[in-house]
Amino acid sequence: MIQLKNVSKGYGNVRALQGIDLIIPEGMTTVVIGPSGCGKSTLLRLIIGLAYPDTGSVYFKDTQVLPDVVLSLRRRMGYVIQEGGLLPHLTARDNAALMARYIGWSEDRVQKRVDELCDLTQFPHDGLGRFPAQLSGGQRQRVSLMRALMLDPDVLLMDEPLGSLDPMIRSGLQKDLKEVFRRLKATVVLVTHDMGEAIFLGDMIVLLKDGEILQKGTLNDLVQSPVDPFVTRFINAQRCAFDAEKQNT
Amino acid sequence: MKATPAIVIGTLFAILVPFQLFSAEVTAPEVKIGSKAFTESVILGDIVSLIVRDAGAIPVQRRELGGTRVLWNALLNGEIDIYPEYTGTVSEEILAQKGIHGEAAIRQALAERGIMMTRSLGFSNNYAIGMKKETCKKMQVHKISDLRGHPELRLGFSNEFMDRADGWPSLRNHYDLPQKQVYGMDHDLSYRGLEAGSIDATDIYSTDAEIQYYDLCLLEDDLRHFSAYAAVLLYRKDLSERAPKVVSELSKLEGQITEPAIIEMNARAKFNKIPEGRIAADFVTAKLSVATRTRHDTAVDRFWRHTSEHLYLVALSLVAAILVSIPLGIVAAKRPRIGQVILGFTGLIQTIPSLALLVFMIPLLGIGGPPAIAALFLYSLLPIVRNTCVGIRDIPSDIRESAEALGLPARAILRLVELPMASRTILAGIKTSAVINVGTATLGALVGAGGYGQPILTGIRLDDIGLIMQGAIPSAALALLVQGFFEFAERFFVPKGLQL
Repeated sequence: MIQLKNVSKGYGNVRALQGIDLIIPEGMTTVVIGPSGCGKSTLLRLIIGLAYPDTGSVYFKDTQVLPDVVLSLRRRMGYVIQEGGLLPHLTARDNAALMARYIGWSEDRVQKRVDELCDLTQFPHDGLGRFPAQLSGGQRQRVSLMRALMLDPDVLLMDEPLGSLDPMIRSGLQKDLKEVFRRLKATVVLVTHDMGEAIFLGDMIVLLKDGEILQKGTLNDLVQSPVDPFVTRFINAQRCAFDAEKQNT
Repeated sequence: MKATPAIVIGTLFAILVPFQLFSAEVTAPEVKIGSKAFTESVILGDIVSLIVRDAGAIPVQRRELGGTRVLWNALLNGEIDIYPEYTGTVSEEILAQKGIHGEAAIRQALAERGIMMTRSLGFSNNYAIGMKKETCKKMQVHKISDLRGHPELRLGFSNEFMDRADGWPSLRNHYDLPQKQVYGMDHDLSYRGLEAGSIDATDIYSTDAEIQYYDLCLLEDDLRHFSAYAAVLLYRKDLSERAPKVVSELSKLEGQITEPAIIEMNARAKFNKIPEGRIAADFVTAKLSVATRTRHDTAVDRFWRHTSEHLYLVALSLVAAILVSIPLGIVAAKRPRIGQVILGFTGLIQTIPSLALLVFMIPLLGIGGPPAIAALFLYSLLPIVRNTCVGIRDIPSDIRESAEALGLPARAILRLVELPMASRTILAGIKTSAVINVGTATLGALVGAGGYGQPILTGIRLDDIGLIMQGAIPSAALALLVQGFFEFAERFFVPKGLQL
């Protein structure tokens, strides 16, 4: 689905990513995890073309992500960021429908799709007329998810989508997200620094450190055969969350 | 934002266009008469207007246009056809450095420029230096050369006299005067300065009614610095072809106005507050047996005329400024390098004093509405450009990026996201511009654009607080009204989601 070939990217003197080779498999949730500043957000920005690699290349379904095709590629990707990134001057409905209306969907079709997504994301229908400032943090993330899913994208990119929520709402939304991913059989790339979230949502885990991929694989691979003591340390540091999650499931 | 801006602009034009069109139906020739911004010149202009009408032409008056340079250039450019002038001003100021002396030489030099001059209207209005009589006595100053012994005296001169070729610089050189405290001020204010004791001497015109009123003494020009300033009319040569009857009627005025007569007329205007139009009518009826049907505007008529002129200046310049500034602000926000140039340039315009900017515009655009509108337009740019630029730059980057990530092209992001989100800031800039614009538009009267500045200007000239208030109060009220209008407009232009 998405392929990064020997990708490096720096900002000024800071090296954000270095020699990344990665294939995002279709129909699975790939979680990119690592300590703050490891370059995981940059990875998503390269995929959606908000930034371009210094060296190497990024492919989306065999098309290289380059400025001249980026607008049409972006319309096949859904992108959700930490604070939701909702446009404050538009209602929840208008936020979700912005792009569909721009490309000329009929209002009937827009309404139908928005209603569908309300049910899928469990967003209350009567909240559609409210502005972002009138919604709770969790609701905002649900609207952001609706907006990302509006055009039925091939891949969903999520950058710390739950990062700013308090723990109760967070765990509820995690479960809802997992359900959405399952029902849509979606291809998802999710960036987080929370190991519990990675384990709960991820089919494959990519551990980044200092702009390089330290290890990728299933949770079992990372626990059973760590390539570096840092892998074990990173997992153990968030053990509590991991154990709690185990008991839940 | 929907279609509201288009409707607003459309409505504005619908209101404005009729103002431009009210001078239609021309059968008789139009003759444009100018006058300088002091009472005597206004009275002479009004007398000329009555004669022009009597000669079967349509007089178009440009009253209180400002100083010599404005009038002279307007005459050369055909913005006006006739204005009252003084021979000394022609030889010493307009044609200075040409070494022209004597009436024949002046006439010759003017003819080369396509300008004709009548013979003297019957009086001279010479420059003189005046002081309060008691100061003269106390200091023993009777001649201009006596001033040499009193370097501590404070001199207040009219702004024009400060700069004229025959004004203060050459007077100082001619008499070798030592005074250091020399101030430029409005001529009409200098009398009050003398009265209040804030200055000791000023330049005066020998026909000023104030000489008697304020009990002043005139210092003798013992070293003969000032030339003779016989009152004449200057008119364009082509007027003889366009309106021959007017030219022949004007010659009837030659030698008809005596010095006591003009002093009396000045006094009636100044101290009895009689409108110049009525004074002029009385004169031509009595002296020239010209039938006059004077139509005197009521205060309400004048108020509406000034209001419509003022609104015309403000609305046209502001609409133009909005249409230009918002795109400039967008460019400035998107291209920081070009943005610095744009903001630097519009900022530079703000530093030019408004009076100077108005005068710069005269050679390019003539007199009347256009130079005032151009100057107001330039003044209105900066607040709108800057606020548009800042409003767009201040949009949080995650919001801009999430719009980009949807796959919206840059133009759509501008229209759907950036402009709506910056609308409050942009509107605040427009509001600032509008309020400044309403106030600055009062200066438009100096270049013949009319508006609320007209009664203010006349009020200063006639020392009439009531008249000044007739301009100042509506102008302040209009500024408040405009501010209120834009605060109201915010509800429609600023998206609801940003008003929470």
